[in-house]
Amino acid sequence: MITKRIIPCLDVRDARVVKGVNFEGLGDVASPVELARYYSANGADELVFYDITASSDGRKIFTDILKETAKTVFIPLCVGGGIYSTEDFERVLGCGADKVSVNSGAIHNPQLIEDAAKLYGSQCVVLSVDIKRVDNTFRVFAKGGRENTGIEAIEWIRQGVERGAGEIVVNSIDTDGVKQGFDLEMLQAVCEVADVPVIASGGAGCKEDFIKLFKTLPKVDAGLAASIFHFGEVEINDLKQMMRDNDIAVRI
Amino acid sequence: MIVIVDYGVGNLFSLQSSFAAIGQEALVSADKAQIAKADKIILPGVGAFADAARKLRESGLDTLLCDLAAQGKQILGICLGMQLLFEESREFGVHKGLGLIPGTVQPIRPLVDSSYKIPHIGWNALHIRQQSPLFSYIEDGDYVYFVHSYYAAAATQAVIATTEYGAELTAAVQNGNVFGCQFHPEKSGEVGLKILRAFCAI
Repeated sequence: MITKRIIPCLDVRDARVVKGVNFEGLGDVASPVELARYYSANGADELVFYDITASSDGRKIFTDILKETAKTVFIPLCVGGGIYSTEDFERVLGCGADKVSVNSGAIHNPQLIEDAAKLYGSQCVVLSVDIKRVDNTFRVFAKGGRENTGIEAIEWIRQGVERGAGEIVVNSIDTDGVKQGFDLEMLQAVCEVADVPVIASGGAGCKEDFIKLFKTLPKVDAGLAASIFHFGEVEINDLKQMMRDNDIAVRI
Repeated sequence: MIVIVDYGVGNLFSLQSSFAAIGQEALVSADKAQIAKADKIILPGVGAFADAARKLRESGLDTLLCDLAAQGKQILGICLGMQLLFEESREFGVHKGLGLIPGTVQPIRPLVDSSYKIPHIGWNALHIRQQSPLFSYIEDGDYVYFVHSYYAAAATQAVIATTEYGAELTAAVQNGNVFGCQFHPEKSGEVGLKILRAFCAI
């Protein structure tokens, strides 16, 4: 039986993990390579590296980090941030990424999804969408959630899948950082139109939030989070044990 | 010496790194003389069957691989590389494979109901059907990472492991000295490395 995936997300700037990290036994707590190894050894099913540098120098440092990680971490790696062209896909895939997540780049040029899916296969193209409620509708936000594009989110996702996106990451801006649980209403609306894997992001505060997510919405394939894992509020191994105790298929 | 056959399909960085991680030097090469000298050959692959089969044919690597298989060289096909070992594929038409393992490659969709998403992406359990040297260091039920929309309908005697996804899908095959994994051992954590280590030890 296919298992539900638990995915930590690492925001990387200038070769450091941005949000603070708090683990015992981890030498350099802000080293993306060390943190990736730690997560891989402690139950993570996949890792997301998010490049939040803007400069081309930063890009180079980021891909070096990626390469270094891919030399020792043998679980799927997804890379996002600053992906605006198929050249950007090429750049990170050559450094060991398995999947590439597009967000603003796809809003800017939806054709990118199609071009990348044709070149590298749909399994490689992850459409990441930042969504916020505006007047009771779900809207796509750009620029890290600061700008309302006016695009209707569910329709955007439906089109994204049609264009060849192989997975969807749903980031709810409404629940992000609130730690009161995933945005089940938003995720359900997405699951109704997406027949590719859906990854839930934004809102997890404790293990129970993941149990509720997978129990309420069996169509959701994975849960993604950052700080609750980095700060050790949720240990992935403990979370997975709880999932198993709740009859949720999980890799232990 | 292990040679990873480079025929212009997919990125081989992780695969090469995974051999380095188990202390084995693996050379990425498209050079026939080098491939012919290898003790063990890895046939990787992602993407579409027709395109990959054409690249193998145009480079003449198809006959070389068949000759080496006949000489008893150990070959491991991974993902699309495994599918290429079969007689033919029904992915967008009918395309000829290397014919080293009896069976055909077919879409998963008609086998499973609509609640199963295609591609089959994620970690799934291996059900070992026959003992194989490939499984020397792993156990029945261990998890490996899959990404595929087509599966190999293989002759039963060639199927050494399956995985459950609405149907029992072929996960690994063996025909004498020719092996194949539908999943990605280089992305399957410790279990994957153990499978690569076992292949190196054969």
